[in-house]
Amino acid sequence: MREGFGRALVALGRSRDDFFLFDADVAGGTGAKPFVTAFPERTMQFGIAEQNMIAAAAGFADTGLIPVVAGFAAFTIMRAHEQLRTAVCYGQRNVKICCSHLGVDTGPDGATAQMLEDLATCRVIPGLKVMVPACANEIQVMFEAVLNDPGPVYMRIGRSPSPVLYEDPGPIIIGQADILSDGNDLTLVACGTRVATALQAAEVLAQEGITARVVNMRCIKPLDTAMIERCCRETGALVTVEDHSLFGGLGGAVAETVVQTCPVPMEIVAVKDRFGCSGEHPELFQAFGIDPEAVVKASRRVLSRKPST
Amino acid sequence: MTDQQITFKARQIRREALNMIHHSTGGHPGGALSIADILAELYFRELRVDPAVPRWSERDRFILSKGHGCAALYAALGLKGYFDTSEFTRFRRLDGLLQGHPSVSIPGIDAPSGSLGMGLSQGLGMALGGRFAKRDFRSYVVLGDGDMQEGNTWEAIMAGGHHRVASLCAILDANGLQADGQVVDIMDYGPLAAKIEAFRWQVCEIDGHDINSIAQALEKARNCCDRPTFIVARTVKGKGVSFMENQPQWHGTVQISADVLERALSEIAA
Repeated sequence: MREGFGRALVALGRSRDDFFLFDADVAGGTGAKPFVTAFPERTMQFGIAEQNMIAAAAGFADTGLIPVVAGFAAFTIMRAHEQLRTAVCYGQRNVKICCSHLGVDTGPDGATAQMLEDLATCRVIPGLKVMVPACANEIQVMFEAVLNDPGPVYMRIGRSPSPVLYEDPGPIIIGQADILSDGNDLTLVACGTRVATALQAAEVLAQEGITARVVNMRCIKPLDTAMIERCCRETGALVTVEDHSLFGGLGGAVAETVVQTCPVPMEIVAVKDRFGCSGEHPELFQAFGIDPEAVVKASRRVLSRKPST
Repeated sequence: MTDQQITFKARQIRREALNMIHHSTGGHPGGALSIADILAELYFRELRVDPAVPRWSERDRFILSKGHGCAALYAALGLKGYFDTSEFTRFRRLDGLLQGHPSVSIPGIDAPSGSLGMGLSQGLGMALGGRFAKRDFRSYVVLGDGDMQEGNTWEAIMAGGHHRVASLCAILDANGLQADGQVVDIMDYGPLAAKIEAFRWQVCEIDGHDINSIAQALEKARNCCDRPTFIVARTVKGKGVSFMENQPQWHGTVQISADVLERALSEIAA
């Protein structure tokens, strides 16, 4: 994923000159290094001082130039959260925050860097949009849409390699989800690396004669509520899956819509109320209950709760 | 404007700030009175601004990092013509424009504040943006003693010196008091000049109520091409009203009764 982000930065850096990279000495880790090499004159170095970086990005945006802050989520979103809320969002600044190191996908670095809380803390900030690519090929198109948006946007990009879900994702519109495969019995709503997981789960379910629709919820805020309501009506049951805390993330956001529009049985596959730990990411996905098997089990549970017609 | 005219503007700012707080359910008079002379010099002689076009791209930027002193800033902005002075009577009210702490929804306010420690970084970002956009505006940030206790401020000082942001000018309203008492008792940030010079800033120490000294320090800042400037302005909290001077209880949030207002205004000649 981070290589995809680096490619997108450089490609868009060549076609437009209105954005600048803000770095806190982590360009090697976030994937932004190719941009730093290609455009040193468009890179601002802030050292290990994220609070200053985010508040400075707010001021920088006042000139009409777009600061693109790239960092590890825990140190960027969490450490500088008040600067993000007050200086950037309350200040109505056009700042883009693009983060790597999300969820247990972060792997061996362990709990400190494994940000499991960012969707919850970002989506409560008024005016902040939240985007999550599921595949490296989505990043450039999504990043272009993010740059074209006039307000603050957080892109939860991630780190580890992802399977190719789209050769060409087509245009990405902020606020719109995408159906990756259709089905009638239930809908699997996923974001980020967990979209591929949902597709794998759908294949297992298909062997049991269950057809699952898979939705790539690439925009957490504004949420595609029309899509959620439609899936509730058409499939009658929902399972969400995310590499994030059970509290306040994709599952929480989707549930807020489900209960207020078209209540149907729903399960949330997410990291329970705990910190991450070291390990390789595939084994962590299993250990933390967000792998295909967990999605299959949740799907069976939700189907058992679905009223018989 | 002459020094005398600026002094008159500072008195007007003090009177309107106290009036504003009197009309509201409360406010922070002490830290508003201490910055009145600095704001008068900035808004009526130093800043390149146009109240008719508050977001003019070439304007000098101003941030009040110690947002709680905003009654004085609103007074300066209203007197300058950014909005109708009738707003002064609706300070901190639902039906008014003037928020309890600075908000960009108010014409003339360049950055939100009210949470200490973020102002200098935003000013730094504006100055860097000006450098990249090849514009010649300057960025001014007024800080309070409390700002100097926030780590974020020191991150901005480090970055301002590192990037040699000469168009950035910080002015510390060093009145020596904070909400619950004296800075030296609560958290003494110690001698400042040597520390900030070590981060490669130009530092000036002045009497923050002497108009001529403020003007000279701002000129020195303007003429410095290779580093940002930090002006340590020694001030008196509550300046101009004898019974408020150096009294932490007037930090805020306090009410000003009609009687108190009358006594206070009688000490500040119009």
